[in-house]
Amino acid sequence: MMKVLVIFLLNLLGVGVVLASDGGGIPLKHVSVNLADRAALYRGAQTFVAQCATCHTAEYMRYGRVASDLHLSKAQAESLMPPHLKLGDEMVSFMPADYAKTVFGTVPPDLTLIARVRGADWLYTYLTSFYADPTKRWGVNNAVFPGVNMPDVFAAMQGVQEPVYNTVKLPDGSSEERLVGLKAPVIPGNMPPAEFDSLVRDLVAYMVYMGEPAKMQRMSYGPYVLGFILLFTVLMFLLKTDYWRDIKKPVKSD
Amino acid sequence: MIQKLGKWVDDRLPVSHFWNAHLAKYYVPKNFNFWYYFGSILLAVFAIQIVTGIWLAMNYKPSAAEAFNSVEYIMRDVNWGWLIRYMHSTGASFFFIAVYLHMFRALMYGSYKKPRELIWIFGVLILVALMAEAFMGYLLPWGQMSFWGAQVIISLFGSIPFIGPDLALWIRGDYVVSDVTLNRFFALHVIALPLVLLFLIGGHIMALHEVGSNNPDGVEIKKNKDEHGKPLDGIPFHPYYTVKDLFGLGVFLFLFATVIFYWPDGGGKFLEAPNFIPADPLKTPEHIAPVWYFAPHYAILRAIPDKFLGVMAMGSAIMILFFLPWIDRSPTKSIRYRSLAFKIILFAFVTAFIGLGYLGTQPVTYWTTLFSQIFAFIYFGFFVALFLVSRFEHAKPVPERLT
Repeated sequence: MMKVLVIFLLNLLGVGVVLASDGGGIPLKHVSVNLADRAALYRGAQTFVAQCATCHTAEYMRYGRVASDLHLSKAQAESLMPPHLKLGDEMVSFMPADYAKTVFGTVPPDLTLIARVRGADWLYTYLTSFYADPTKRWGVNNAVFPGVNMPDVFAAMQGVQEPVYNTVKLPDGSSEERLVGLKAPVIPGNMPPAEFDSLVRDLVAYMVYMGEPAKMQRMSYGPYVLGFILLFTVLMFLLKTDYWRDIKKPVKSD
Repeated sequence: MIQKLGKWVDDRLPVSHFWNAHLAKYYVPKNFNFWYYFGSILLAVFAIQIVTGIWLAMNYKPSAAEAFNSVEYIMRDVNWGWLIRYMHSTGASFFFIAVYLHMFRALMYGSYKKPRELIWIFGVLILVALMAEAFMGYLLPWGQMSFWGAQVIISLFGSIPFIGPDLALWIRGDYVVSDVTLNRFFALHVIALPLVLLFLIGGHIMALHEVGSNNPDGVEIKKNKDEHGKPLDGIPFHPYYTVKDLFGLGVFLFLFATVIFYWPDGGGKFLEAPNFIPADPLKTPEHIAPVWYFAPHYAILRAIPDKFLGVMAMGSAIMILFFLPWIDRSPTKSIRYRSLAFKIILFAFVTAFIGLGYLGTQPVTYWTTLFSQIFAFIYFGFFVALFLVSRFEHAKPVPERLT
């Protein structure tokens, strides 16, 4: 009771408290996204086109918008796009929908807004948390998205991680294996871990940008708008003070 | 020449009469504090919602097939579309923030009491219309939360005995929330309810200007007039309060713009994450949470195990507000001169309302249900306690003039 009450009160204060006792899985890893780092976003866009866009579509994102927002040169923009597409085209998947259906049983979800749905930390953790699970269709499972119907596209770069289980005793006397962490791959990937990590970070940054390209604009206009309103407010305060000078303080009654 | 034209118009239209009656010679108490900014702020937010709404409607497509896409195109391909959309979505939340603070002011200073009962009733009607407006507007982006939120709320009407199922069907125009529902909600959201709101706001202000404003002391300024019939403690609304309210508006706009430019999703409270997934009638989200401003009422609904009784409780939580001027029997208006008992029950009421607002967004557990029940009890208990407390209250003497 006390515990629940304390958690409840902390929640009221806006402090997020997660009950550590329930469920296995792994906590989300934090990633900081800097939309001003356009070079990182460009690298992320390249990874997105090369890896994600094979199966996934970003229906609302146009190549031209990426090129202008990231200040890409004509050559850079053209190297990013598949040759049959134009700058005004959206980032559609290379895989026809009906073919995807036969391979995956479903059309892979559109990724334009996925960063707004899941958040950057979740994407970063998800993309780095595939592990070997021979019982699954693609031979891998994911620590933050158990049973996900997606192959580990980074297996060659990262290597395939191994799961670490912990045996948990259940109240009814039986026990259960729970995933508590991931181990480094037995066969390492073809990319040094630090390099792979920065590849995923760039990709996540790109996906955050893609979820809301306007974020770049609002961040850059923000200070001017706030500065203008602040100036207006200060002027209005001075004007108010001046007008109110002749209002006598209310008479104290007795 | 301009003067002549002015006179020509004034002889045919009561322009200067209006100006004097409502601004230049409309006398207002001179002791307004922080809580008195929200009336003019609400007018400004209403104007912002109307103007941004018009521009959104120029690019929005009210059909199940295109609604979600059109919102994303507004966010990406329409020039300044993102700004207009964020102003509108943030405006909805700020509308409710300002409304709730405005109503709290009325509770503190007894602004609903004689002779201002009608102002209060117009105000509660505005709250009801605003809730309908916000609820219908929330369906329009056609995301998962839009769809399932509407599905849940409309199905509540279905729990009313006898007429319920037919009523729910009549509201939706279909057996589930569909293209038909979206289309009619669009019509109601952009035309019907804004008109209703406009008339109600007009009535609210006309009633206010007939009897004049209350103030933090709860003293009627019209009781003390000078030889010209002007209230001694009153000052003309214009220019004194026009400049003061412009300053208040500036502070408000600063906060408003901060959210628009740096925090438009309000930490998932103003724009909920699942609403960035297009509506899918076949996939129910794990957790359907109402937007924060409906959360207190939703928590009251869930606190009651029986669905129909829950709906009745939720409706009563708003309906009871209409009777507040007669529930509170104390002649003393302002909290400044009222008893400790009144201060305690008001504090409990506000705590319960905020508590319910938190619980309404959380998944149901044993504890959230228990606390919702306790807070719902306090919410309704406030009105009962107020009825009794106000009858036997020993208020401090109220001064003759403003302090």
